Amino acid sequence: MVRLSAVVTTGFALGLVLAAGAAFAQTGKVTVVTSFSKDVTGPLKKAFEKAVPGAILEVQNRNTNAGVKFLEETKANNQVDLFWASAPDAFEVLKGKKLLSPYKPKATGIAEKVGSYPVNDKDGFYSGFAASGYGIMWNERYVKANKLPTPKEWQDLATAPYFDHVSISAPSRSGTTHLTIETILQGEGWDKGWRTTKEIAGNLRQVTDRSFGVPEAVNSGQVGYGIVIDFFAFSSQGAGFPVKFVYPSVTTLVPANVGIVANAPNKAGAEAFIEFLLSSAGQEALLEPTIRRLPVRPETYGKAPAGYPNPFKDKNLQGLLTFNAELSESRTAAVDTLFDQLITFQLEPLKAATKALHDVDAALANKDNAQARALAKEGHDLIAAMPISAAQAASPEIRAAFTGGKQKSARQAELEQQWSAFAKEKYSAAKAKADEALKLVR
Amino acid sequence: MALAGTRSAGQATLALAIALFLGVFLVVPVATVIYVAFTEKGGGALTLINFLDFARTDLFVRSFWNSVYVSAMTVVWASALALPLAYLTTRFEFRGAMLVQTLGFLPLVMPPFVGAVAMQLLFGRNGSVNLLLDGWFDFKIGFMEGLNGVIFLQAIHYFPFILVNLSAALRNIDRAMEEAAQNLGSHGLRLFRRIALPLALPGYIAGASLVFVKVFDDVATPLLLNVKEMLAPQAYLRITSIGIDDPMGYVISVVLIGVAVATMWASAQVLKGKDYATTQRGGGGLARRKLKPRESVLAYAVVILILALVLAPHVGLLLLSFATVWSFSPLPDGYTLAHYARVLDDSSVYIKNTLLYSSLAAAIDVAIGGAIAYLVLRTRLPGRQWLDWAASTALAVPGVVLGIGYLRAFYGVKLPDGTPLAALWIVIVLAIAIRRLPYALRAAYAALQQISVSLEEAAENLGATKARTVRRIVVPLMTGGLLAGFVTSFATAAVELSAVLMLVQSNFDAPLAYGLYVLMQTPAGRGAGAALGVIAVIIVAVCMGVAQLAADRSQRARGLDI
Repeated sequence: MVRLSAVVTTGFALGLVLAAGAAFAQTGKVTVVTSFSKDVTGPLKKAFEKAVPGAILEVQNRNTNAGVKFLEETKANNQVDLFWASAPDAFEVLKGKKLLSPYKPKATGIAEKVGSYPVNDKDGFYSGFAASGYGIMWNERYVKANKLPTPKEWQDLATAPYFDHVSISAPSRSGTTHLTIETILQGEGWDKGWRTTKEIAGNLRQVTDRSFGVPEAVNSGQVGYGIVIDFFAFSSQGAGFPVKFVYPSVTTLVPANVGIVANAPNKAGAEAFIEFLLSSAGQEALLEPTIRRLPVRPETYGKAPAGYPNPFKDKNLQGLLTFNAELSESRTAAVDTLFDQLITFQLEPLKAATKALHDVDAALANKDNAQARALAKEGHDLIAAMPISAAQAASPEIRAAFTGGKQKSARQAELEQQWSAFAKEKYSAAKAKADEALKLVR
Repeated sequence: MALAGTRSAGQATLALAIALFLGVFLVVPVATVIYVAFTEKGGGALTLINFLDFARTDLFVRSFWNSVYVSAMTVVWASALALPLAYLTTRFEFRGAMLVQTLGFLPLVMPPFVGAVAMQLLFGRNGSVNLLLDGWFDFKIGFMEGLNGVIFLQAIHYFPFILVNLSAALRNIDRAMEEAAQNLGSHGLRLFRRIALPLALPGYIAGASLVFVKVFDDVATPLLLNVKEMLAPQAYLRITSIGIDDPMGYVISVVLIGVAVATMWASAQVLKGKDYATTQRGGGGLARRKLKPRESVLAYAVVILILALVLAPHVGLLLLSFATVWSFSPLPDGYTLAHYARVLDDSSVYIKNTLLYSSLAAAIDVAIGGAIAYLVLRTRLPGRQWLDWAASTALAVPGVVLGIGYLRAFYGVKLPDGTPLAALWIVIVLAIAIRRLPYALRAAYAALQQISVSLEEAAENLGATKARTVRRIVVPLMTGGLLAGFVTSFATAAVELSAVLMLVQSNFDAPLAYGLYVLMQTPAGRGAGAALGVIAVIIVAVCMGVAQLAADRSQRARGLDI
């Protein structure tokens, strides 16, 4: 007993002693909620506090979703000045919920557009401070050990050699992946885009629930290829990992953003931080090996190391797809849920069918057979089949199912069950076609 | 008569105080979030349609059975790991028994997402083991694939729950029982099976039920292995996705809570109607036998094998913390101290906060857990069982739900200077205390079940008041169990993340787990995260070692006193 009470009292005593030092307020404190890692926030915090004497940047690290939720739950008594994250759609959500306050940056020399995406929100609720594009990263050691090819385009990832070697994060979990999928859908059209997506998905090793899970798996060599936002690859290279990265021709550059939270306790400080991010010093900090974002101030590229992508000069980053944010916004929930129900939660049947079709294609290359070819095509079409059209995805009925509006024709849970049942049936039918075809060519 | 009146009045006050605490810091915050499960989306009208949808959705039903399978299998494997360690260290003269107990506890101290990263590097598809196997023998083993991978990691991570509770129970067994059996001719394994094990059953059940519920409700490990078709990950994924107000996540949370309560109820049923109490308490547990040389070799081999397996995550973490680049190779390319240098300046704040929060939370847990166990087992207050059930639901409440509930319930409450109540660090402590209360509660429960009520009756017959009896008889005899509860709560509180992540308002108030999370979220910074992880493990291990030492001393001291 003596021992126990000693432990308990020590606990409390320790508590009181430590508590004494645990709370004092700072003047000039700018509080920011961000999804960026310490590698990004650390150098920028240092540079900001140097550039603006007396300011202290208080970084609250939360992933994008948790950050949005946090601002929503605490709006009645908001203590946060800035929201700072990549995904523009998170800012759209915040804007829609009236959790941001507009601000027009005073900095000059900032590009209006990067790639073909406007840098700033048209209503002025948030500003872009760096650009990022989507692409494919891979682990060179893994690729060499398994004698695998080097990809150039999204479609490459759908071919047989890549089976079971690719990783992606779920678009419902990662704003950046959502934009990647949406980019493919907009670039190739709804049906063709989903076909590409599902063909790649048939080769997936895993669907992670954190966007960071993908570069982690590629860096450590657990998977060969990852569909990622560029800075994951660049900062991994900066840290010395044997990885490479390529922008496919259907990609888009989108800005990472910062916005002032509505009723910010230190609005002046928040503005100072935005101005700093857009200043020469702030933009140059983006070139650091651990950060590696693309600056939105064209002149900053003059100081970049050789081989640094420059969206204002590089040919492959010119004339990219014009990303339609409104179209994306109108069907966000539908696209994410479709991906989850057709791919994430049906990965095993999808992979089984894909593997069988790869086998058929390989066998056909040796010995052609018209009937088997027709069966294989049917199989591919079954995989590509979609339960709803582009028009339906953006229709008020489907949107209402996700928002709980009056017009819904089915509850979200019912839609999900319908879609997953649809996928399961199509994939097993595709597998059956492939097996049938395989019998003919063997 | 008057005396009896004040007694039950005192008990009732205590019960009400605990009920109030649980109400304010558990039931109300959780209810503010969970009620969504019972409302129609968009409309807000009360309905049960969401539960019908749950039952009609293949994905959820499949996830439910997957979770049941994984949890049950984890209990089996965790028992297989814990039993030899507990048996050997309590039953025999075993050098290093204390070291084994302490090391055997370490897996719990590993923040789950860190452990899985390290395990991927060692046991993953292209981890060290598989790369070597592939190089030498041309095959790989899917340690970390699918549901079996989850079972593998969970058994390693959670087996200490069984080890700690079972060891505490074995130490509490009256030696006379064993001697009586020996006099009647029983010995060896039969003695262990027929006497020691049944008498230690409360401890085993306490541990096993915790493992079952924890695995059922764990989010981090399945998700790190990309296993999403389990119930808790389904709830988590839905609750934390933005932009969609989906009641299904909360429906699943209600199901999780239901399963946790049912498990606790079932474990109580198993022990019901049997008496595990023994009167003599001075014997210091089972008699320790000397191992014969050959047995000794075997025993050490088994212990070392088990420890090597369960400490693999720590080995991986240690390697990672010194590694320059570790990619598709059995060992890192090179070694450096740079990661430690990088975390050194931040870590002191994190360490200080962690020790503060965890010790306060564990102290609260032991006090409340002990009180609830006493009220349930020793009094006849109506509804006392509800305290136990309410506290146990904390096991099943997803951390993020508790976090959001706290923001909802306490952020609007302003202090005189305008800062929200939820922004105070003490709120983090309370959240952690609530999350870890079931651990201390189960330990206290098991400890009290092993104490014969006749000891208390004797004290009262000699004129001691109820309060004095509790202070002088019950609490001292429960020390081992309470200490086990304190250590479990403390160590696991130190790595609590999900609720903390919602509640941390500034780096200044952040505990280690938060720092780890921040450092681990970057391709370039895993080394630094690992370094901080190693520091966390060492600190918690030292604290536990001290507590373990104290437990041993007190046990020995009492053995001599009587």
